[in-house]
Amino acid sequence: MTVGGALAQTFSRIGYYVFTHQDYMSRIRGGHNFYQIRFSDQKISASREMVDILLALDLNTIEIHKKSVRNEGFILYDSETAKKKFEEPEFIDIPFRKIALDVGKNSIMANTVATGAVLGLLDLGLEALKNIIKQAFMKKGEEVIQNNIACAEAGYNYAHSNCPHCGTFGISKPEDRRLMLIDGVHAIGMGALMSGCKFYSGYPMSPSTGILDYLASRAEEHHLVVEQAEDEIAAINMAIGASFTGARAMTGTSGGGFALMVEGLSLAGMTETPLVIAEMQRPGPATGLPTRTEQADLLFVLHAGHGEFPRVIFEPGTPKQAFYLTNRAFELAEKYQIPVFIQSDQYLAESEWTFENFDLDHLIYNDYRMREKDLEGVEEYKRHKYSDTGISLLAVPGEAGKHLVVTDSDEHDEEGHIIEDSETRIKMVQKRLLKKLPLIKKEIEAPFLYGDPSPKIVLAGHGSTYGVIKEVVDTVSKDQKVAMMHFSQIYPLSERDRFDYIELLENADLTICIENNASGQFAKLIRAETGFEFSHQISKYDGRPFTIENLKEELHAYI
Amino acid sequence: MPTSEDYKGQVPAWCPGCGNFQILSTVRQALVELGIEPWEVLMVSGIGQAGKLPHYIKCHTFNGLHGRTLPVATAAKLANHSLHIIAVAGDGDCYGEGGNHFLHAIRRNPNITLLVHNNQIYGLTKGQASPTTDQGTRTKIQPYGVLAEPMNPLAMAISQDCSFVARGFSGDPEHLKELMKAAITHKGFSLLDILQPCVTFNKVNTFKWYRDRVYKLEEEYDPYNRIKAFERSLEWGEKIPNGIFYKSKRETLEERVPAIQEKPLVKQEFSIEKVKHEIEKFY
Repeated sequence: MTVGGALAQTFSRIGYYVFTHQDYMSRIRGGHNFYQIRFSDQKISASREMVDILLALDLNTIEIHKKSVRNEGFILYDSETAKKKFEEPEFIDIPFRKIALDVGKNSIMANTVATGAVLGLLDLGLEALKNIIKQAFMKKGEEVIQNNIACAEAGYNYAHSNCPHCGTFGISKPEDRRLMLIDGVHAIGMGALMSGCKFYSGYPMSPSTGILDYLASRAEEHHLVVEQAEDEIAAINMAIGASFTGARAMTGTSGGGFALMVEGLSLAGMTETPLVIAEMQRPGPATGLPTRTEQADLLFVLHAGHGEFPRVIFEPGTPKQAFYLTNRAFELAEKYQIPVFIQSDQYLAESEWTFENFDLDHLIYNDYRMREKDLEGVEEYKRHKYSDTGISLLAVPGEAGKHLVVTDSDEHDEEGHIIEDSETRIKMVQKRLLKKLPLIKKEIEAPFLYGDPSPKIVLAGHGSTYGVIKEVVDTVSKDQKVAMMHFSQIYPLSERDRFDYIELLENADLTICIENNASGQFAKLIRAETGFEFSHQISKYDGRPFTIENLKEELHAYI
Repeated sequence: MPTSEDYKGQVPAWCPGCGNFQILSTVRQALVELGIEPWEVLMVSGIGQAGKLPHYIKCHTFNGLHGRTLPVATAAKLANHSLHIIAVAGDGDCYGEGGNHFLHAIRRNPNITLLVHNNQIYGLTKGQASPTTDQGTRTKIQPYGVLAEPMNPLAMAISQDCSFVARGFSGDPEHLKELMKAAITHKGFSLLDILQPCVTFNKVNTFKWYRDRVYKLEEEYDPYNRIKAFERSLEWGEKIPNGIFYKSKRETLEERVPAIQEKPLVKQEFSIEKVKHEIEKFY
């Protein structure tokens, strides 16, 4: 149980909307790591630069983040652990370690003392935290639970009685609401589970490992096969093998691992094997910044794989979108027998959001796999039979009676056997690619417009910048006709018949594309696909997400 | 019962006289004699002349990428362990490009059969050295002769406790058929390395070269003795032993995966209702 995790969960249980983000170093222990938590009785969706309370577990944290504490904010610390005493009024010295030793008989509970202290400072009560402690330490036994609760109480009371200006935050009690707290990787994992994914293979790599962890934890109960592959090449080939044999399959990785999967992606394209791939971005090139965030793999994923075959790329803006788009990814992968990507990044992967609920009745599950009874009347089954839609029947080998299922990474005929003649080649490219493309495009939803319906200023973004752009639009919309245009279904782009988003952009005075990369990859995609060129670009490529403050500051140059 | 005719596929595109022809007819014969129907078999192959074999047989076929037969075959077994899964690869395919997967398939021990057409050369790319080409062999891109020592797949497999390790010779189809049947019926990951002359590019390891050297492991040979098996697997040169070198009774991968103990994954029906409660864990 981390302090950040416990606090986020506590706020959410009390009924506050929560947004968290994690920033940590690529090492097993130590280094400088932090967890930022915002909570509010209003919906929130982004990180901030400035904080009200800094809980510093070491001296380094004080030195790095002191400047981020707002006036009238507080810094909670333990002068014994920090080996330094601060006299300024914002510092509240709490002997986390000593209390843990005195009350819990173990210095490891200093974190629980600190967690209690934050709640004491905020005067929020301990009931929610006590329940969280009980759940977290259930397996460790009653003594551990009671010691942790005693530590939380001691920290709470110490902060409460030593708090110089308690109540200055003026926190209003939230409405009585039940909230779920979920981050991007869990939303994708649960999306896969609820979409009938039966097979997941992957190789550990930040920030995709959370999906592997989650599905492995659910495997026994829900009968999933989750396999840690020897490398990403094996991971994607395993997922393809399982899918060909009849199980809904998925693999996941980050940019470097995906680079190894690229030949396999092309194989899925050629053999028309349904496949969902989670590509969780971190800054490259090469090993880059392993635990940080960036949106710089978009054009790589778009163009990855030799040869031409259809693909779909989704890049969700919130965990809720991640959940539904994972479901949509399975539906499209199975329906069109193509690879579909859920692309995201470390920021969304590890940011927790609160939601009232996910409406599970909106989940789609259509079984496109053909078994013996489905193939009645089919005289001679051909895996790659030509059709008007380009889609052929997808039979389950061994479950389709005496029908044989044959496919090949070589160009093949309708049956799946190797060919080299140009006539069959042309027909296969038409079937596999050209006939399917327009149908797939019709499935794609238009970008989401938020703010003024006829904006003069459009802030465009894709994927994980959703939350920050939305909050910035909220703050600047008082004086400006401004809107966010957010794309979560980014390739292919949606048709313009229902919502002509390009016309809307053309009618605006100022169009700014906001991206967490250096070269404006999404703006390039829009230009390549539609001819539209954004008037301005805001790029961030320091490996960190946009915060509300720094996006507003960047916008000052234009607004 | 299936007949040899049921297993007749496309017309082979191999060179006349290729050692693969005997492997093809032997695979068909072995499957017929075992009474396995074509729709009960999934063959997974890679790229190279060996990789084309499944097209020349009638059965479910996944002819995938170079070197990647084993990950596909392993996952296919996990998805439907009621299928007989036979992975077909060449020496370059399995021991070179896919060498890592070979090691890890041995560790996992899925109940699949791996046939390696080992002709000690690259055929489809026209005559370059493979991982099993003898040191010193001259090729177009190894004009001074191959510098590296050849890999010993059998010794490697035995060292990792591979659950079935055998070697046959395509020039002795009767013996090869018995090995194949033993490999297919063995429970666990079975490696059958098949010496197979490349009549076009390998002018050293010809039918005659092999015929002069191969002999069968003795009747009384005990394949459960790992140390002895390792010792015999090192014999190569003037005399080359063939037969079942090693067997071990390891639990298979499918026996260890909780999800598929009741029935194969593809026979399990999915219901959203059964997973909906998972959302409660996030409140």
